[in-house]
Amino acid sequence: MTTMPTTFFEWVFFLLQQYGGLFVKGAVVTLLLALIGTFVGCIIGFVVGIIQTIPVDPNTGTVKKSFYRCVRWLLDAYVEVFRGTPMIVQAMVVYYGSMSIFNIDMSAMFAGFLVVSINTGAYMAETVRGGINSIDPGQTEAATAIGMNHFQTMRSVIIPQALRNIMPQIGNNLIINIKDTSVLNVISVTELYFSSKSAAGVYYKYFEVFFITCVIYFVMTFTVSRFLRWVEGRMAGPRDYQLVTYDPMQDPCGHFPMPTRKEQD
Amino acid sequence: MINMDEQKNILEIKELKKKFGEREILKGINFSVNKGDVVCIIGPSGSGKSTLIRCINFLETPTSGEICYKGEDVLKKYKDLALYRTKVGMVFQQFNLFNNMTVLENCVVGQVKVLKKDHEAARQTAMKYLYYVGMADYINAKPNQLSGGQKQRVAIARAMALEPEILLLDEPTSALDSEMVGEVLNVMRELANAGLTMIVVTHEMAFAREVASKVVFIDQGVIAEEATPEIIFKNPSNPRTKEFLSRFNQNN
Repeated sequence: MTTMPTTFFEWVFFLLQQYGGLFVKGAVVTLLLALIGTFVGCIIGFVVGIIQTIPVDPNTGTVKKSFYRCVRWLLDAYVEVFRGTPMIVQAMVVYYGSMSIFNIDMSAMFAGFLVVSINTGAYMAETVRGGINSIDPGQTEAATAIGMNHFQTMRSVIIPQALRNIMPQIGNNLIINIKDTSVLNVISVTELYFSSKSAAGVYYKYFEVFFITCVIYFVMTFTVSRFLRWVEGRMAGPRDYQLVTYDPMQDPCGHFPMPTRKEQD
Repeated sequence: MINMDEQKNILEIKELKKKFGEREILKGINFSVNKGDVVCIIGPSGSGKSTLIRCINFLETPTSGEICYKGEDVLKKYKDLALYRTKVGMVFQQFNLFNNMTVLENCVVGQVKVLKKDHEAARQTAMKYLYYVGMADYINAKPNQLSGGQKQRVAIARAMALEPEILLLDEPTSALDSEMVGEVLNVMRELANAGLTMIVVTHEMAFAREVASKVVFIDQGVIAEEATPEIIFKNPSNPRTKEFLSRFNQNN
């Protein structure tokens, strides 16, 4: 029989050997919850933000106007409710509520994804609204003046610019989600915190196990944070441009030659 | 004969009024534009010039009155204003180029999204007008890499790429330094000579006197005087016009 570890670091190595797989599985689940939850949350946020900024012309009919007002009220209610209650409580309500009221037996994992997504969506809706408001109204006016409608304007002009402005906040949300998905252990989602708790219970080595957990969380958030910085840098695009010289006599029909691939980048 | 006159008359504004809250900015504007006309709208700041030009393509919704394009009330004829707006191009004081797109994309996006042209045809048209305004070399540049005069020339190309019947220009040179004003005015002069119908809100009196077929002087929300540039600049009938132009006439 091997001798039991005695010092702190011996315990850490021992636990890593014993429960390495468990930690990895937990970390993967946490990362998936955070990534997918943030991604879906962003989509919800953009949809809500775009709908909330639909301009209502004073000359539109009363029916249409009150319809817009209703939709806006509903979206505001969604944002306020999911921003104003803790995610740990939302998890309980969604998981057990769906079972007792609608008789839907969703898996804990599915409930987890659902809760993270709609919770992030509520925050993102406000972030996107701020991002859209930060864009010069002249951009919208110019798009309107060439005949683009609200959705075309949003898709081609406003959102690409707003996205750049709100990237830091999306990063915040992703990092917060990596950490805060730990509350999903209350509905037995086997994310990193839940796995750690199981591992810690065996030898009653809470400090050693959660030291490992701590390091894993930090490595995940730090990697994500650096990665997002890199993405932001990429989004800024090149700082200079290439002049393209055309000789209009080159083609007597007045057709301009297609730029080569390199010129387009 | 009457029919022919109607054909010539491309835009007519009848009793146009615009209120912002209780403040009445436009107090009943009437004027008409013939095909090929260059109408220059002049007047002191806050007189309602910009509001008027923005009402023409419904960036501001008029409180009352009618805007007729080719003899038909725009609001009745066009359920969706998008189509009308492609026929009435607009150039802004602050250029308002799409910052997330290159010069070429700025001139292509409207044709593809609104006119549903295919990309290659849109690119050809865009290049034609970019070449016209002397910006064909800069198609890969982003707006924030250009000077003010270059931006405004691209903005003109963007509006022209939709091949509008009327071009509205809202103080196109007011945000530019005197050197860049020249390059933009040259483009506008060429467009005017090519027969494009234009409505220009401007403080460039020399340009108005030289290029305009009609000058409209607006003061406090009404048209104070409307005449050919010769009459407005040499022999205005309204004392307010004389007062407004006195400084310009002194210098020239």
